[in-house]
Amino acid sequence: MAGGNKSVAEMKPGEIGIVAGFTDDHLSVKLMEMGCLPGSSVRFNFTAPFGDPVCISISGYELSLRVEEASAIRILN
Amino acid sequence: MTTTTRLSKIALVGNPNSGKSSLFNHLTGLNQKIGNFPGVTVEKKTGVSPMPDGSMAEIIDLPGIYSIYPRSLDEQIVAEVLLDHHSTSTPDKVVVIVDGTNLKRGFLLLTQIVDLGLPAILALNMMDLAAKAGISYDFNTLSKKLGVPVVPINARNGVGIEELKKAIVNPSNVDLQAKIFNVWKEATNPVKELRAQLGVDNDYEAYQFLEQPGSLKFLSKDKQDQVSVIRNAHQFFPGKFQGAETIQRYSYIQDLLNEITLKSSDNTWKKNSTILDKILLHKVWGYFIFFALLFLIFQSIFAWATVPMDLIDGMFASISSYLESVLPEGVLSSLIAEGIIPGIGGIMIFIPQIAILFAFISILEETGYMARVVFLMDKIMRKFGLNGKSVVPLMSGVACAIPAIMATRTIDNWKERTITILVTPLMSCSARLPVFTILIALIVPDQKALGFFNLQGLALMGMYLLGFVFALLSAWVMKLLIRVKERSYLIMELPTYRIPKWSNVGYTILEKTKAFVFEAGKVIMAISVILWVLASYGPGDAVKNARAKVIEESKNLRLTEEGLEDRIAAYKLEHSYAGVIGKAIEPVIKPLGYDWKIGIALITSFAAREVFVGTMATIYSIGSVDAEDSSTIKERMKAEINPETGQERFTPAVGFSLLVFYTFAMQCMSTIAVVYRETKGWKWPMIQLTYMTLLAYISAFIVFQVMS
Repeated sequence: MAGGNKSVAEMKPGEIGIVAGFTDDHLSVKLMEMGCLPGSSVRFNFTAPFGDPVCISISGYELSLRVEEASAIRILN
Repeated sequence: MTTTTRLSKIALVGNPNSGKSSLFNHLTGLNQKIGNFPGVTVEKKTGVSPMPDGSMAEIIDLPGIYSIYPRSLDEQIVAEVLLDHHSTSTPDKVVVIVDGTNLKRGFLLLTQIVDLGLPAILALNMMDLAAKAGISYDFNTLSKKLGVPVVPINARNGVGIEELKKAIVNPSNVDLQAKIFNVWKEATNPVKELRAQLGVDNDYEAYQFLEQPGSLKFLSKDKQDQVSVIRNAHQFFPGKFQGAETIQRYSYIQDLLNEITLKSSDNTWKKNSTILDKILLHKVWGYFIFFALLFLIFQSIFAWATVPMDLIDGMFASISSYLESVLPEGVLSSLIAEGIIPGIGGIMIFIPQIAILFAFISILEETGYMARVVFLMDKIMRKFGLNGKSVVPLMSGVACAIPAIMATRTIDNWKERTITILVTPLMSCSARLPVFTILIALIVPDQKALGFFNLQGLALMGMYLLGFVFALLSAWVMKLLIRVKERSYLIMELPTYRIPKWSNVGYTILEKTKAFVFEAGKVIMAISVILWVLASYGPGDAVKNARAKVIEESKNLRLTEEGLEDRIAAYKLEHSYAGVIGKAIEPVIKPLGYDWKIGIALITSFAAREVFVGTMATIYSIGSVDAEDSSTIKERMKAEINPETGQERFTPAVGFSLLVFYTFAMQCMSTIAVVYRETKGWKWPMIQLTYMTLLAYISAFIVFQVMS
């Protein structure tokens, strides 16, 4: 799948990006079901106290995912 | 009921946090019951609701899902119910609840259900919040486009429920429903064959048969094989097109939303949630608040619950003694007064603690805080082979392992779920509390350390910590032992914070308590009766002749009548089957510091651990004293002499050895039964029983040998 050079896991709190694609087919299905679609904007909100999981805003709601899962989402920025 | 007409069946589906349970509670009120789905062992929540045309409808509450493609056990049930169009439990209509503040995500599921050809009704919930956020939609166009009735509701206060009911009884025309997703070219032939051979009445349903080999248990073996044959013949790989389907659906949804949205959200209304998260998920304050909450919960379970528990206990004790005095003497009366009534009492006594615990858990879930607890704890729990979602079962385990184990169904990873089930019974449940209390009172002095810490209180807290620490350690060991490579996920919504809806909390308490009473109740009842038999009968006629024998023996003792009765009871127990078994296992438990009397208590504890106290009372011949009068039992236990050493029986070594044994041992038949049901076989309950027994035995052995 197509993707930018940066993943959601590398974003900083408050940063906004556009979902470009996924580096993991299996995860992409689940993520897309939850509204994390290529082309939609994603905002990195904050991480849990130990840096994992992270919380993002996508499709109008807050989604939490592990760093491993977040790094499968490529963004354009 | 006398009517023979079939109830119409209405299924409720929707995303988690879409307000589905509020709607269910509004529709059904107290007419709810928990049953099982036929063939599967996951419970089904149903209720009956009166309809505007005078008929009654059966409402089925299905677990929250994001898509018809299941990710966990809970979600698979929904897929199976929605795919099975030819059974007695096939819903006549499906009400899809969608959060009005976030149509996009909710519409994914909606379009799948519309495509399945099930008569659907769209209930747009939280329209009040949507209005506050400045959102407005064109419902008429939406309804026309999808071909389904659209009803705006507010499930919290019941606005729109009557309109929804009207839509439920209105005849619907499935043919008018939109066809949103066209089956892929690659799948058209297998879909045709499936429809011809199996009589599947809808393309998308047939397509799902191809996509979901794991959700077809409702089909006969033959038909399942037929599906596989067709799937293989066309080389259709399940899951291959799922991503593409999702994209196609979302692009349809985006077009639809562009058309019907009159005004979109400005998102300012979510500010409060963001501020709260800054505090509740803070590095320091986040954990501080969570542990303070845990402390409050445990405090209330132990402090507040004792009042109703004492009441229940006293009530059953008086019923028992009343029945004993009025019923004619005989086997049946004795069974009722000493077997059945105490058995029911032994179940009822836990209700206050379970109710309080689930009140808290339900409030935390209603507010949206529970998802944050998962978020906070996930990384830590994962180190031990668990999942952030294991926190709820582990917390519930402090009241009772049975609802706790049932709460593991939300964990989608098989390995993490199994480990959570295996270690949850190590959390000290409420049945252990009476045992801890009396043993600690016996061996730990009632003094204060450092001025304000009560030593006994510290010891009690220590037992709970011990259970928790070993639950984590055992989980860690199992993580290394269970070699299954299955990816674990935590893709979870963090819902907006809300004030809890109190009636929902009430319904949850009722539901969990009922589940406990019926699940555990059956087993505890049965074991109580078996134990009564074991304790009332014995080999030969020693038990029968107990009275004469004791009177003969204690002729010169000038006993009061009560004292004599107590001695008879103790004599009977000693010579009963329970006594025989206790003596038989004495060599095994001797290295732990126990004698046959404690052996009897260990055996009777299998019904419920707190039976230990009652057994101690009988065996130290204080039967006629109120069993809850622990000071008396304590005095008697203290006075007990170990004939071999001439010292007291309950030395600190024996006491701590017993405490440790009760912390780790799987002395609960109901838990074994629930684990059997949840894991669908005897393998895991047997592994659990073995490891917990070994852990208990070895730890108690070490404690006793080191301390004495």
